[in-house]
Amino acid sequence: MKKLLLGLLILFLLLLPFLGLSSYIMHVLILVIMWSIIGMAWNVLGGYTGQVSFGHAAFFGVGAYTAGLLYYHLGMSAWWGIPICVVVLTAVSLVVGYICLRLRGAYFALATLALGEVCRVAAENMVWFTQGNLGILIKERTWIGKTWYYYVILLLAAGSYLLIKKVMESKLGYYFVAIREDQDAAESLGIDTTFYKTIALCISGVLTGIAGAFYMNYMGYIDPGIVFSLSDISILTVMVVMVGGVATFGGPTMGALIMVFLAEIVRSTPKIGAAHQTIFGILLILIIIFLPNGVVGDFRKIVKFFKPKRTRA
Amino acid sequence: MAAQVELFLQTLIAGFLLGGLYALIGLGMALIMGVMRIINLAHGDLMMVAMYLAYWLFTLLGVDPYISVFVVVPLLFLFGCALQKFLITPVMKVESILPHNQVILTVGMAMVLSNLATVFFTGNYRSTPVNYASNAWYLTDYWKNAPIELSLSMPWSLSFLCAFIITVALWFFLTKTDTGKSIRATAQDIDAATLMGVNTNRMRMLTFGIGSALVACAGCLFIPIYYLYPALGKQFTNIGFVITVLGGMGSTEGAIIGGMILGIFESMTATYVGMGWAPLGRFAIFVAALVFVPGGVASLIRRKRLGR
Repeated sequence: MKKLLLGLLILFLLLLPFLGLSSYIMHVLILVIMWSIIGMAWNVLGGYTGQVSFGHAAFFGVGAYTAGLLYYHLGMSAWWGIPICVVVLTAVSLVVGYICLRLRGAYFALATLALGEVCRVAAENMVWFTQGNLGILIKERTWIGKTWYYYVILLLAAGSYLLIKKVMESKLGYYFVAIREDQDAAESLGIDTTFYKTIALCISGVLTGIAGAFYMNYMGYIDPGIVFSLSDISILTVMVVMVGGVATFGGPTMGALIMVFLAEIVRSTPKIGAAHQTIFGILLILIIIFLPNGVVGDFRKIVKFFKPKRTRA
Repeated sequence: MAAQVELFLQTLIAGFLLGGLYALIGLGMALIMGVMRIINLAHGDLMMVAMYLAYWLFTLLGVDPYISVFVVVPLLFLFGCALQKFLITPVMKVESILPHNQVILTVGMAMVLSNLATVFFTGNYRSTPVNYASNAWYLTDYWKNAPIELSLSMPWSLSFLCAFIITVALWFFLTKTDTGKSIRATAQDIDAATLMGVNTNRMRMLTFGIGSALVACAGCLFIPIYYLYPALGKQFTNIGFVITVLGGMGSTEGAIIGGMILGIFESMTATYVGMGWAPLGRFAIFVAALVFVPGGVASLIRRKRLGR
């Protein structure tokens, strides 16, 4: 039964472009899938390993800039950014991990928060390298329609999902969870916590970077304010996972679905469009208080909440 | 040569004055960090709220920013207490996988505050045009044939002085009064404090209130010399946590020293490297602190005291 449902879901996702959806809906769907990759990536580090990052924009932006700069300086296709950013982001993650992951608790959250900001400032100021606030524009788009972009991101998402699932079901995954639950206990059992936290950071960083490189190819234009944005990337990443469900496989996808559609609806409503951050903030507060494990993690709670009402009515 | 020395000393003075104000921001954050074990990422946004209050008091009622401290600070104290009581305390009781939920909660608060400010007050830059804004004391006025010329801006010095007085007052409060001692006890060991009959929940509430009040002070003192816009909170939150890391998590004396170091360092980067790089300088010092003195200044002080 479960296998059948999964097969139907895959078939549905593969046939989606043939339903004749408008290109706006396709755009939103592509964003949903991209955000679910970022959410899954964050989840490896934040959800399973317990190291909350407020700076995933740094990884996203570095990925996007890797693709963009390859195109701008070397004239290569920006699609090369996807394989090459794996190398770049592994290096970045190792450096960040070496500095911040030896310490525990709040330090890591703070360091990543600063990292995102610093990448933005650096990208703004290194005009000779990144063109500063002018941003990078890809003049030749690969495809005009959305269909192929949709398949590319779907493939990337499926790959990330399988990778994360494999990792989390292996010994590595158990190490991650052990570190989250009790770092001292994990260490006393002989787990090299810094090493495994760094691995989690690498996986997370690389996947986020791949999403970033795709973003560069898809949108065709980036600037530091967009890809290194604290509220639009870093915090939204945290929100996607918090809303969907921390440390669940389906959570990030669910969260991405909710958050991207919500963002589109709120932003396109004329009067409340300017206040979209307020709405997100209030949603975040409510989720933390009432559904701390997200929609997927606290699904039973939601069902319970609605059930007695129905019987009364 | 004289010009170089002059520039250096002037930068040092500016950094010192800035550091005093930074210390006030860092103090509030360190206090909250010490007692509640969370980083308050809405800290800068609370300051932004205080600055808007001071701004409107000045524009609508003509209250001088330095006098508005007496109005704004109690208001922000109550606001902070309310935030702790109605938002953070409920979250502490909720069971969840992530231990950082309260931190994420403060992010949510920061988003709401800064966005509401944008909606209500627009994104325009504002400032309070006090008439003494450009007053300054010059070295040559007091020492006729001084080899170099130095100046001391009046509002900056006034703000620094106020920050100093508030810091001393806080020190008295924390070391001499019963409530202050209870707060410190809560910071040291929450279980032991509860066993000794300290109402730790009340202390948490008070601490968040005092932290907000301190950053409100900083806001009122900043507004005559700085400008104001809704997204300003983020920058000061960054400054606040760099100071807390630099000073040592949750240490008040560390926060003061950390604030001073950061103020001087930032003013040096602005003069010798370029204004745009100041945030990067901040990060450099943050990384240096993480790598070389992860315990911050407080650990150095402790080591000296223990004679190790």
